[in-house]
Amino acid sequence: MHLLSVDSVSRDFDVSSPWLNRVLEREPRRILRAVDHVSFEISKGETLALVGESGCGKSTVARLIAGLYAPTEGHIAFSGRRLQMIFQDPYASLNPRWRVRKIIAEPMLFLEEQKPVEQFLLQVGLSADDAERYPHEFSGGQRQRISIARALAGEPDLLICDEPTSALDVSVQAQILNLMADLQDRLGLTYLFISHNLAVVSLIADRVGVMYLGRIVELAPASRLFSSPRHPYTRMLLDAVPDLAMSGKSRTPVAGEVPNPLAPPSGCSFHPRCRYATARCQVEVPRFSDGVACHAVEEGRLPT
Amino acid sequence: MILEVRGLSVQFPSRRGILTAVDDVSFSIAPGEVLGVVGESGAGKSMTGLAVIRLLEPPGRISAGEVRLEGRRIDNLRHEEMRRIRGRKIGVIFQDPLTSLNPLYTIGEQIEETILTHLPLSKSQAREHALSLLREVGIPAPEARYSNYPHHFSGGMRQRVVIALALAAEPRLLIADEPTTALDVSIQAQIIALLKRLAAERGAAVMLITHDMGVIAETAQRVAVMYAGRIVELGPVRDVIHSPRHPYTVGLMGSIPKLGVKQDRLLQIEGAMPRLTAIPQGCAFNPRCPRRFDRCLTDRPELLAAGASRAACWLHASP
Repeated sequence: MHLLSVDSVSRDFDVSSPWLNRVLEREPRRILRAVDHVSFEISKGETLALVGESGCGKSTVARLIAGLYAPTEGHIAFSGRRLQMIFQDPYASLNPRWRVRKIIAEPMLFLEEQKPVEQFLLQVGLSADDAERYPHEFSGGQRQRISIARALAGEPDLLICDEPTSALDVSVQAQILNLMADLQDRLGLTYLFISHNLAVVSLIADRVGVMYLGRIVELAPASRLFSSPRHPYTRMLLDAVPDLAMSGKSRTPVAGEVPNPLAPPSGCSFHPRCRYATARCQVEVPRFSDGVACHAVEEGRLPT
Repeated sequence: MILEVRGLSVQFPSRRGILTAVDDVSFSIAPGEVLGVVGESGAGKSMTGLAVIRLLEPPGRISAGEVRLEGRRIDNLRHEEMRRIRGRKIGVIFQDPLTSLNPLYTIGEQIEETILTHLPLSKSQAREHALSLLREVGIPAPEARYSNYPHHFSGGMRQRVVIALALAAEPRLLIADEPTTALDVSIQAQIIALLKRLAAERGAAVMLITHDMGVIAETAQRVAVMYAGRIVELGPVRDVIHSPRHPYTVGLMGSIPKLGVKQDRLLQIEGAMPRLTAIPQGCAFNPRCPRRFDRCLTDRPELLAAGASRAACWLHASP
């Protein structure tokens, strides 16, 4: 039994102009499909990461699971009792008028047992005195620790982390990533980790789903995905990561940009940027099977 | 040398006394060279760039040091003169392309205006020049895009337009402050390749300010690592990345997650960079430094020779 299973979930947003403009300018309704038939499962104690560039729908998936949006199609089944979310911006996600004590105690209002706030502060590496302070007295990294303490206070079965370190400096990011790994070891937490940073994902994830224009194009164990990526988009993303080791390996220059999601390309939505695209890719949407959605992989046309 | 900076300091008067945001910084950039300036937020890297082009927001001001562009001092020029040099000799690229582009003018008009202000060309020559710049930075079908407004372009394309604008007057020095930070990885790689090619082909000096060591590794020949307003390490990129000499650089490199390297935990520097109001005595890094000793608490280290690089750390003092 999986802790979470997402079954062919889609989500549309209506981005039409206001009614009067539509009538006067004879515009049709415009629907943006942010998430398109996405399926995956998460087991207890594992970390699944979703990666992709901006606009690929990864944050929308997080919000669908958290119940902040309702799916347009498909089902989400959660066999745990509670989930909590950690957001990217540690400045916007804490109420500036509340003391840290009240912020952390809030999720416990819904629990039978109220644990002391200090316990959670110590767990995330803050001190017990910090409970009486206000969010503005803390740095960005410390605020993200408060967000994590608040999430832990709700005793979640699943933690959804939406770009939790993207707004932080690298040395602070290292502190938060280490903290998240330690907490997982100690408390057996389950994470859904949303990020655009492949290096961060390679560090923290057990399995990785790569998203492009609302679809998952590849889903594989992290070790496999990073050592032998299959989908051309995954390969392109990995290739675009700056090479810190300065090995001087030659890189295929990446062509083009993510297309407008309001008018996604026909067939495989990656085909205009894909070196291996054929006529079939332009018309037929590839089926997701065996961890990847790509005609070229299915036909065995890709170099390894 | 195209750019030479000696002993540059920037101060801000505040209610809590005078704050020093940039403290005695010296470096130089040769023709065709890309110097990376790396550091975390508040390290003073952007402030150093703004001081060089004299765009500091008052009450911030240069309190000491000198800046020379092709041998000529520019830190004490009058504002009018500096304004001419800024467009003509120095091109600037900021993180958010929308702050550098006027939303009310087409991109063609904006580039053309810059060319006509600084170069002795006729209007039709300026248009030709603008089109060739747009072609050079990789805007497809520049004739068709010439009369488009900035909002017609995607983020990556806008940043290309800003680069074309910065290059319009054929500057000797290009200052790029986080030019790829707002962009997706695939676009980021395209912009890095472009900057690198332009520096090499035009022989301009590039000062690349970023928090991203990966971008520096791909682009720069030398790198200056900043911490709490000072340069703590300066050397060839390869040496700084593979054998960092300052304990802060060691910690910084260790805290970056790397692809293809199996690791369970990242190296962690405890604590955070000090605020400008509370810079510690001696070496500013000493409260976080795993290797500090008595001297670090009292004396502030200068840049000392350390391998192929220089590091501001007493570990490298000759006995």
